[in-house]
Amino acid sequence: MNFVVCIKQVPDTVNVKIDPKTNTLIREGVVSIINPFDMYAIEEAVRLKEKLGGKVTAISMGPPQAENALRDAIAVGVDQGILVSDRAFAGSDTWTTSYTLSMALKKIGDYTIILCGKQASDGDTAQVGPGIAAHLDLPQITYVRKIETVDAKHIVAERLMEDGFEVIESPLPCVLTVVKEINEPRLPSLKGKLAAKKAQIVHWKAADLACDSAKLGLDGSPTKVMKIFTPTPRQGGIIFKGEPDQMVARVVEKLKDAVIAAAS
Amino acid sequence: MEDTSIVVLKEKCVGCTLCIKACPFGAIVIVEKLAVIDLGKCNLCGACVDACKKFKAIIIRKNEAPKVDLSVYKDVWIFAEQKGGNIQSITYELLGEGRKLADQLGMKLSAVLLGHQIGEKSAELIQRGADRVYVVDRPELAYFQDEPCAAVLVDLIRRHKPAIMLCGATTIGRSLVSRVAVPVKAGLTADCTGLAIDPHTGNLLQTRPAFGGNIMATIITPNHRPQMATVRHKVMKEALVDPKRTGETLIQEVAAAVLQSRARRLKFVPETETTTNIAEANIIVSGGRGLQAPENFSLVRDLAEVLGAGVGSSRASVDAGWIPYSHQVGQTGKTVCPKIYIACGISGQIQHLAGMSSSDIIVAINKDPDAPIFKMATYGLVGDLFKILPLLTRDFKKALKK
Repeated sequence: MNFVVCIKQVPDTVNVKIDPKTNTLIREGVVSIINPFDMYAIEEAVRLKEKLGGKVTAISMGPPQAENALRDAIAVGVDQGILVSDRAFAGSDTWTTSYTLSMALKKIGDYTIILCGKQASDGDTAQVGPGIAAHLDLPQITYVRKIETVDAKHIVAERLMEDGFEVIESPLPCVLTVVKEINEPRLPSLKGKLAAKKAQIVHWKAADLACDSAKLGLDGSPTKVMKIFTPTPRQGGIIFKGEPDQMVARVVEKLKDAVIAAAS
Repeated sequence: MEDTSIVVLKEKCVGCTLCIKACPFGAIVIVEKLAVIDLGKCNLCGACVDACKKFKAIIIRKNEAPKVDLSVYKDVWIFAEQKGGNIQSITYELLGEGRKLADQLGMKLSAVLLGHQIGEKSAELIQRGADRVYVVDRPELAYFQDEPCAAVLVDLIRRHKPAIMLCGATTIGRSLVSRVAVPVKAGLTADCTGLAIDPHTGNLLQTRPAFGGNIMATIITPNHRPQMATVRHKVMKEALVDPKRTGETLIQEVAAAVLQSRARRLKFVPETETTTNIAEANIIVSGGRGLQAPENFSLVRDLAEVLGAGVGSSRASVDAGWIPYSHQVGQTGKTVCPKIYIACGISGQIQHLAGMSSSDIIVAINKDPDAPIFKMATYGLVGDLFKILPLLTRDFKKALKK
């Protein structure tokens, strides 16, 4: 079976801090990482391969430096990395991103399960996974917290809902988006690190995919960013210190009306 | 066709660094008093173009798509989310916001209701502000299934051509809308926290947080319709019930092929841990590492019960196995926006703050006066949560006369 994981390189938001003077993001020293949710998708794909046999391919659309994300994926068990990178893709929204990735998946052709993280930590849209499923006209199971069974033709997986979980059966191939609960990603082994170092990352440009150029990048994207701004940082409020019963009495007094209003 | 590109006009750039401050992606540096843009990092967002209004030294060359006639697209639509035949509260929030937008545009507000034996719920949507309800009543739609729900919505959009389509940023909403936006080539903006109409163009201005709330972006869909957006729960005000309101219910027939689903739901298992879903809770009491042991979560649950609140958690307590993942608030968990958020023994790592910083009131209880959570807190209590939590439970019980 062929498992394909779609991954995104994102800034490590642990290090994202706001400069209090200019109220802008401090970007010096911000490290790029694999989107945290994609780590679970990678791990799940590698586990499926270990159980069922086959191959795991990771694919990433992004600038040339996203090659590092693919090498990191290879270090934890992915067999092959494909970087889809072209200036023509710059400024893509989720429509064009899922289109571009779906064209790359068509070029790969032979896929059994396509896995994505449920969303990326920078954009937080959760739109690209279902978007790929839509472009390829595949069934989808989103928010997967557990894969119960996979056989030659079907997958049964649990989808996390706000109020419980669903058990869904889908024919293969299909697209999954996964949540953190699904597994605990492994750390890279020494062997994996060596493999990552030696691996040949495949590079595909727009011309390599049978893309309609009107559906790429900023020009092809239905949505446009009109402006970007930093929100006014939240101001700290009243800090109480001292005897617990006195602090509690004062806070309850302050909160009482809000609690009653929230309950109604 | 020449690609879209961003260019710094050398003769106009004075090296003032305003663009560097504006760039959210760190893509600009000054080299010999000239702005230089790293195209690998640039996302063509245009923030620098705005920042350089004075000198007009940065331009983005776009290949504008030929203008399409958007005037045939009318009305504001909302997707009426239902579970087990019950309209979900996010739907009322969408009706409240949709009503405002429709009035501003002089358009009608329509709700789309998909389900089985659900027609009578249409009245509820009309009383909350819908002028029109499109109902598709079929056994295949009794509960949410991605493929038929998306296909029906695509069908209805192609038939009736709405200008705007709003949907909740819920599990269902987020799974559904991308499958709809792709075939109709609509613009889709996720997780909006602010919606408005541009008075000049009539375009929907969709404002949303990104980078865990560190930056905000306003997104438009200038040349495609509908303008689709998912809206974050608990941000917009619920529409109130007006029993005198009238509207029309339009039963829509759809072809059998549209209702087919390859994936099928075998069963649904409701969560038993707590009855309150934190995405919908008006009040959330959350516990973190400071609780020290799983049994101490009872302190959080006791307070939550008195307040009628949902129980949340930091990543640390989920990873320790003290509480199921569905309760986790933060970057790798849920983003919540309650009226009151009470953080107990949570230090306030940036990943946690990303999931709750837009709460109206934040109460923090922590023994460490330097915990980052206090910088966010409306009310902070520095002290021992094992003493403070039982007192809060007791005093609220009294204050609320329970």
